[in-house]
Formats: sequence, structure tokens, C-alpha cells
Amino acid sequence: MMHKIETLEMVNVSKSFHGVRANDNINLKVSSGEILGLLGENGAGKTTLMNILYGIYQPDAGEIRVNGQRVTIDSPRASIEHGIGMVHQHFMLIQNHTVIENIALGYARAPGLFPQKKIRKSIVSFSEKFNFNIDPDKKVWQLSAGEQQRVEIVKALVNGAGLLILDEPTSVLTPQETRDFFQVLEKMRKDGQLIILISHKLDEIKKLCDRVTVLRKGQVVGHVDAEQMDKRSLARMMVGRDVIFSFSREKMPRKEKVLDVADVTVVGDKGYPVVNGISFAVYRNEIFGIAGVSGNGQRELVEAITGLRTVTHGRIRINDKDITNQSPRKIYNNGVSHVPEERIRFGIAPNLFLYENAILKQHHQKKFSRLTFLAYGRIKAHTRQLIKEFQVATPSINVQTKNLSGGNIQKLILGREISDKPDLLVASHPTYGLDVGATEYLRNQLLKRRTEGGAVLLVSEDLDELFELCDRTAVIFKGRFMGILESDDPRLADIGLMMAGTKNLRPGDGADASL
Amino acid sequence: MLHFKVSDREQISAIGTFLTLVLALTAGMVVIGLIFLLCGVNPFFAFKKIFSGSFGSVFGFKETITKAIPLILIGGGLALAFKAKFWNIGAESQLLMGAIFGTWVGLHWGPVLPSPVIVPLMFVAGFIGGALWGLIPAILKIRFAINEVISTLMLNYICAEFLILLIVGPWKSKKKFGFPYTDDLPDSAILSLLPGSRIHTATLILAVVAVVVLAIVIYKTRFGYEVRVIGENPDAAKYAGIDFTRTTLLIMAISGGMAGLAGIGEVAGIHHYLSYPDSISSGYGFTAIIVAWLAKLNPLYVIFSGIFFSGILVGGDAIQISLGLPAATVDVFNGTLLFFLIMGDFFTKNKIRVLSGERA
Repeated sequence: MMHKIETLEMVNVSKSFHGVRANDNINLKVSSGEILGLLGENGAGKTTLMNILYGIYQPDAGEIRVNGQRVTIDSPRASIEHGIGMVHQHFMLIQNHTVIENIALGYARAPGLFPQKKIRKSIVSFSEKFNFNIDPDKKVWQLSAGEQQRVEIVKALVNGAGLLILDEPTSVLTPQETRDFFQVLEKMRKDGQLIILISHKLDEIKKLCDRVTVLRKGQVVGHVDAEQMDKRSLARMMVGRDVIFSFSREKMPRKEKVLDVADVTVVGDKGYPVVNGISFAVYRNEIFGIAGVSGNGQRELVEAITGLRTVTHGRIRINDKDITNQSPRKIYNNGVSHVPEERIRFGIAPNLFLYENAILKQHHQKKFSRLTFLAYGRIKAHTRQLIKEFQVATPSINVQTKNLSGGNIQKLILGREISDKPDLLVASHPTYGLDVGATEYLRNQLLKRRTEGGAVLLVSEDLDELFELCDRTAVIFKGRFMGILESDDPRLADIGLMMAGTKNLRPGDGADASL
Repeated sequence: MLHFKVSDREQISAIGTFLTLVLALTAGMVVIGLIFLLCGVNPFFAFKKIFSGSFGSVFGFKETITKAIPLILIGGGLALAFKAKFWNIGAESQLLMGAIFGTWVGLHWGPVLPSPVIVPLMFVAGFIGGALWGLIPAILKIRFAINEVISTLMLNYICAEFLILLIVGPWKSKKKFGFPYTDDLPDSAILSLLPGSRIHTATLILAVVAVVVLAIVIYKTRFGYEVRVIGENPDAAKYAGIDFTRTTLLIMAISGGMAGLAGIGEVAGIHHYLSYPDSISSGYGFTAIIVAWLAKLNPLYVIFSGIFFSGILVGGDAIQISLGLPAATVDVFNGTLLFFLIMGDFFTKNKIRVLSGERA
């Protein structure tokens, strides 16, 4: 029953949840050899639409047509059988299994015994065709993010996917990996593959896509030719108003040291050092960025600064006060707040009410509790203030926090973390996976904090974000800084090489705090 | 072929929760009815017997209240532990340890101290006994990451054997014709009963006050907030600077202590001496797990669910006698209900959609 997909259409597709129209009469079409960009803010309906295509939801109305024929897709399996493959933003691979085992796991036509044997051949052939260079016998945890993504793609191709849906594919890649990845996509396009690319990154959409479908509030705002649109007009279509791409950031004097990290070494989960004698300082009125591919020690460094992980060597000071290996609460009380990397995993208790999450780190403070009792009146008033000030969209403060969208959860966390006016705000990937509107808002808030006299430590993989916001940017590779660059340093152009570890501005040294 | 799709449910209304509860209980009753049918007993007749035995007569209702006392105390403590996702399956032995500590105090100081002094002292000792026994699995979990389900369960056996060791060994009475019992508690250490019943009023009042206080602690205080955050997301708790060690120790001290109170209450109110573990507690520590669950882990509701399950225990005795069913019937009854309650819980937390369709 497998035919090669030539065209895929979604016709007048609608889907409501609890009376809210997530998708309203949506039409789109992809044809062979074409990359369709799907652009839209969080909550615009992209995910719902793709989940319909992937058989996770059933549309209330409308239909899906493959090669002009109406088809029913009522499960992911059915979707795969129609030749649709999805590469999720968060990879669905089993870390302790090999590549081949992972691919065999989802393989529909696998024989019951020794399924790996049969598919080894097809893995190798796809791998060669697209220059993937994957070793089928490596365990997944040994692979970089880029390699894992390629495994996901091969997994889809082995299952016969003629249409690939890629959800935010470059969010985990280095600039170099991104370039390679783009080449792969070009090659696939030439090969007649259909591709739907979901992205927030306007540059990518412009560069790769033939056509773009823009969604806003569940409706199609337009189908446009990528070439004919500039970034600004795409952004306007998506958000419904003008978006500022360059933030005004005047120079501010760097005088008062807030954070002082001196020769800090931290041991990672696997038992060996992942931060190797790093030294730097962050000043008032400064945003200090840390660039790097994830897994190079930035997470552990942040955990050490915020008290979640033990420092094995070196000192950390806040306003000249030693806070090395203090408890997270003590460090918070000393003026360090933290927007954590995985916001749902660390930042909130999803089943508790919004107002309970709004005081997650402050519930012990006098203003929210008297003796041992929590002052719910004041807590709720504070929460209402917070959601107003930080534009958290929610029907009420009496909802479970898990019902909020990612962007709104992040606004809540950021609001909570800066409402106490911390001396140092540590923000890890604060805009990861957020739409343009929320991203712009969050970045403005970070800048505001800087202007108000706070110090900000910003860990991000998004280079645009770092270039736009940071006064200085350090590049981390294998637990060492490859250099610290001022925002006007021409060597910023080489940041990709530094992230990949091939260029080091301070060879043989990780302990120099003078930079 | 049918496929099922499970996904997270958004918030559910209070009425929805209540209806699910009723539905789960009803479904459980239907299955239990089928079991009765298999045993050759008319299920309607059996249910009538059970509930008339426990709620239908003054005598039966008094017994129901008597047995509800330990269930309410333990159920309240378990609700706290379960809120923090600390799966305390060891309340049975925390009860016994409370009984052992409390009885020791009663036997040693009872003869020389007046009742208003010795009784509170025994309850304090009972609480401490249960708390200490509850702290062991907490420490094992914090220090060595040992799963508390295993450790609390195993400690049940250790404590039961320890109690037997005491009653056949050093604590064995010389006045009980060689039976493995301790001496009787002196009169000053024995709780007064509501006339014409076995209800030991002091423990009953203690139980009700304790669960009300516990409900306030869980929903209104900083400690309760920390307990709930730990239960909902331990990573977020750590991030928020909540002291996991301190909170967990406190939770298990209270949870074990409540069971300890139930233990000394049983001895001072009903038995008056220590004997075999299964005569001190007829599985209250396990039944209370279901009590806490039926109460949706709210200590306040434990009062009602405690009385409900106590009714089943008493009614179970009634059908044993009148219908000649085995004693295990009540366990089957309780187990089936728990099964359906947990299932109901699953349905309130998740949305299930049936996907029908042919697989190619």
C-alpha cells in the first residue's frame, strides 16, 4: 500500500479544545522536492496541526489528502504507513541503546527475531546517500546532539518517510552542524523529499524554505514565497505587529563586581570534572554571556553558582561574600536568582496552582508567611501583580500551572526571579523554544535588569541572542573558556570555531581572571 | 483492534473528582459482588449484612467507631507521607513500635504516677516509638537512596518479630499461665471507655484533633507547602532551596508517630497488655493506606474514609459469622476497592481516548 508521497494537503482542517479553536479552517500543501516553512508563535496552532498530521489528534473537520486521495490518519502508526515521518524537537531515542537498536525499535516491518540485521543495510545506505556518517553500533549517549538528530532522520527514512516534519531542528546544533544540516536538507529536496520545517528562526526559514505558511491564533495568515519576504515582514505577519530586532544597549561603566568566580572546578554526573578551573567576574550593569554547545560544562557551572552542585575547587563570591557550596536558599538570600535551563523540570511544580508557583523560592520570606503560616491573601495579591506586570496570559491564578503554555510559564518564572531585584540573575537558555513575541519580551526584561543595576549571567546556545544582549561573551568548550570577548571584538566572527574547540584565544590557561 | 491513547488531563472539577470516586467505588462493589456470587452467596444479601452489621445497629456502629480510631490516626499520617510521594508501607510496624514504647512507659511508671500524668506520657512515648521506626526508612532513603517501599515493608517483619521476642522473652508475664503476654497495664494507665462500648474516647478525640491539625499543616503552612512541592516535583524543590533531608525526616517522624499513637491507643484502650502482633493490630497499617487514598490524601477526609473502611472491617466480621465466609474476604474486599480507587485516580489525571481502526 506504500506509494511515494508526491503531494500532501490539509484541507479546511479545524480542531477545538474545550471550545478554544486551536486550528481554524487551515489549508496547506507541500509537494515533492519542496521545503515548506511553518511559522507561528507558541500557541498559534503549529503543534496541534502537526499532531493531527502525525495521528495524535483527530481533526473536528476537514481532511488530509495524500497524492490527492483522502486518507484517515488515526494513529502515529497510520501516519508512518502513509509515509510521514516526524523528528521531534526533543529526541525520542533510548540513550543506552545503540543506533541500530533504536531504529529497529520503531521499525514497522521488523522481523520478530534479530530485527537489527535487516535494517543495517538500509541505515548504511541512507547514511551514505546523505553523508550522515553514523556508526550504527555506537550507543546513543555517545553521540552529539547533531548526530542524534541524524539518527532520528534516518529512523524516519528507514520507515519509508516521504514527508519529513522537522520541529525546531537547529535549536540543538552548533553553527557548523547547522550548516551541514542545511546541506542535508538541500540534498533531500533535490531527491524529491517533502519537508515541513517548523521554526522560530526567521533567517533559517528565509534561507531554506521555498514557501512559508504563517499561522497566528489558529488561523492561516498567509502563504508566501520565502524569497520575496524580508525578516521584518515575516515577523509582522506572525506576531501581528512590528518586532524590534536590535535592542538599544548603551555602554555602561563596569565598576562594581557582583559575581566573582575564581578557579572553579566542578565534577559532573559521570564523576569526572566538567568545569575545569574557570575564572571570570560579572559586574553591575552588565550582561555576561556564556556561549557553547550544550554539554560543555555550562549547566554544571550554573548549578555550582546557584548552589545545586558541589564546587570541588575554587571559590565563588557574591558582592565579596563567599557563597561557595552554600545551600540554594542561602545563595538566593544573598541576591542570586536563577531562571533554570529546563523550565518545567526545575522551575515549577506543574500540578500546583499558579499562585503557589509564583512564590516557589520566596515562600519562606516574611512578606509571604507569618510564623509558619503562609499568607495566602498576600501571595495571591502578589501573583496578580506578577502576571499583570510580566504579561502572563492565564484565565486566572487558580489554575494548575501545567495548563500554561511554555512562554507563559517562562514569563512567570522570570517574573518570580526578578521581582526581588536580585544582584545577579542567572538565566539559562531563557528563550529556548519560545516564540518571537515572548523572546522579545524576555530579552527586554534582561536588558531592563541590566539598566537597573543588576548583573546578568546569560547562558545560551542562540548566538543572535548573545550578540544582541551581552556586553561580554565567553565561549566554553570542554569545561574551559576559550576566550572572553567584548561585544565589539571582531573575533566574535570566529565564535563558531571557538565553540567547536578549534580556536583558543587563551591557550594553556583557564585561570586568568584579568580578561 | 482497539488502541488507546493516554494523555495528560487538564484540571478536573471538584464534582468530576467526586463522581469518579463514586464510580470507582461502585465498580469495585460490582466486582466484589461477582466474587460473592462465585462463593455462592447472594451479593445483595452480603452487602446488606456488611453494612447493617457496621452501620445498621447501635452496637455495630460503636464497633465501627472503635476500629475507625486507629485508621483515622494512621490514615492522616500516611496522607502526609504520600503527599510528598514517600510511600510509607510500614505503618503496621510503626503502630507496633508505638505500642511497645507506650506499654513500656505504662508498665514502668504506671504504678507510681496518677492517670492524668501517665496517659499523656504513654502517648508521647508511643509517638516517639512510631516516629523513630518511621525515621529509619527516611534515613535509608536520604543517605543511601534505598527505595522506601522495600525498606518500610521489610521493617514490618523485623518489628513484628521483635515484639514476639519481647513477649516470649524478657517482657513475658509471670501471671498469665505461660501465655506469651506482658503484664496488664496498671489501672491508672488504662483509658476509660464510652459506657457500653469499646470506644476509648481520649484516642478518638486525639485522632480527630490530629487530622484537623494535619490538614491545616498541609494546606496552610510553609512546611506543608514544602511537602507538596517535594511531592509534585523534587527537582523544583531542590531548585527552590527546600531542604529535602529535613522535610523528609519531619514527614516520616510525623507519619510514623501518628501510627505510634494508634498503637498505644489500641493497647491502653482495648488490649491492656502486649500480645502477638496480629492481635494488637488487625492490619490497620495496611487498611489505612486505602483510607488515605480514598480521602484523596486530605487528612480531613480521612475521618470519613476511616469510618467507611472501619465499617467494612466490622461488617466483614459480621458476614464471617453469619455467612460462613473466610476471614480473607475482607482483604479481598479492601484490595479490590483500592484497585478501583487507584484506577479512578488514573482516570482523573489522564485523558484516555480509544482509537479504533485496522492495523495494516
